[in-house]
Amino acid sequence: MMDAAQNLLGPLWPVVWTMVKIVAIVLPLMGAVAYLTLAERKVIGFMQVRLGPNRVGYGGLLQPVADGLKLLMKEIIIPTAANRTLFLLGPVLAIAPAFAAWAVVPFDLTLVLADIDAGLLYILAMTSVGVYGVIIAGWASNSKYAFLGSLRSAAQIVSYEIAMGFALVGVLMSANSLNLGKIVLAQSGGFWQWYWLPLFPLFIVYFISAVAETNRAPFDVAEGESEIVAGFHVEYSGMAFAVFFLAEYANMILVAMLAALMFLGGWLSPVPFLPDSILWLLFKVAALLFFFLWFRATFPRYRYDQIMRLGWKVFIPVTLVWILFVGGMMQTRWAYLFH
Amino acid sequence: MLENYFPILLFIIVGLAVGVAPIVLGKLVSPNRPDGEKNSPYECGFEAFEDARMKFDVRYYLVAILFILFDLEIAFLFPWAVVLQEIGLFGFLAMLVFLGILVVGFVYEWMKGALEWE
Repeated sequence: MMDAAQNLLGPLWPVVWTMVKIVAIVLPLMGAVAYLTLAERKVIGFMQVRLGPNRVGYGGLLQPVADGLKLLMKEIIIPTAANRTLFLLGPVLAIAPAFAAWAVVPFDLTLVLADIDAGLLYILAMTSVGVYGVIIAGWASNSKYAFLGSLRSAAQIVSYEIAMGFALVGVLMSANSLNLGKIVLAQSGGFWQWYWLPLFPLFIVYFISAVAETNRAPFDVAEGESEIVAGFHVEYSGMAFAVFFLAEYANMILVAMLAALMFLGGWLSPVPFLPDSILWLLFKVAALLFFFLWFRATFPRYRYDQIMRLGWKVFIPVTLVWILFVGGMMQTRWAYLFH
Repeated sequence: MLENYFPILLFIIVGLAVGVAPIVLGKLVSPNRPDGEKNSPYECGFEAFEDARMKFDVRYYLVAILFILFDLEIAFLFPWAVVLQEIGLFGFLAMLVFLGILVVGFVYEWMKGALEWE
């Protein structure tokens, strides 16, 4: 059947086939994003001895569909004072990189769309673009709350991006490659060979920075509903708001996936008697995402000065010291411990 | 080599479409009843007084500038980290000097209070 399609489409075939593969990544991802919102409400509900949403569908399983339809039917208000084009560009720039970054994510030894050597660099570039969406939305709204929220949020995101970048440098020193698939393979050999162990401080810094980077609780001052209502997306309604909302969850899944690939061995099995499989990767991502939800249910919100202090005065020194330590150890005969 | 990057270009286009499609769809199906009050900027029920694009804390500039410095630093560290095994001790010491200069600057800005947010 594929041969027939190949003959029929001729030179267009690679484009069509790539599109099929992209859709095969994007559709499950969208489903995951939609159901992560339900999972969040369910998990936090149970942690607070509530049931969470349970009316729409069996046990609330259709809640994301209902939410989507409701938001679709709501008017998209564009304030008269706003810059129309930028106002609509904001949400697009927030969500597009969260999806586009998946082009280089390896799900398995062979299951990867674009197996490029600059994979990690591409991901870092993409995740950096997300902050433009926040700044543009806050500026274009021409509203005080949106403006202040976007400033806070942007400063927070760029601050933690540095800590994240340094943490990744540690991974590169151990793996000696920017190719995500090769980084995973460099960790083969079971649970104790994964990079979370030799790079433990970097793993912790990376994960906490990932929470701050996605503006999640306890680092969600950008939203800070008690002081600046909802931060940069206060003027957005209907589907324009929904896109911001989905971007946040898509980003959460992306950073959890990166943490799983770089510190938890990706698709590799933790024990030698079980086979490597994409299921391991999905399980690791789900476990990390559970921590995101758990944090939100457990921790009170940080103050803004505490957030900035943690990023600049704790995480950056910690990562710098550990990079130097790992680099130094690699010059000795214990280098094998860090590869 | 370059054809490896073609799927990425397509994926970026799909990513943009994921953002644009819901908004266009929402515009088409949802009602549109503009109203002077509804379309004014939100300010807790008050009429908005003074421009929303007001003066803001200079520390946000400072963070942005420091971010550029450190981000460039990371850009330099990336290729170094990838080839660290080949360049060995000499490469490590060279980067030690480079990082040392950075740390001096970092300590200076710390002592100057550039990282304080009270």
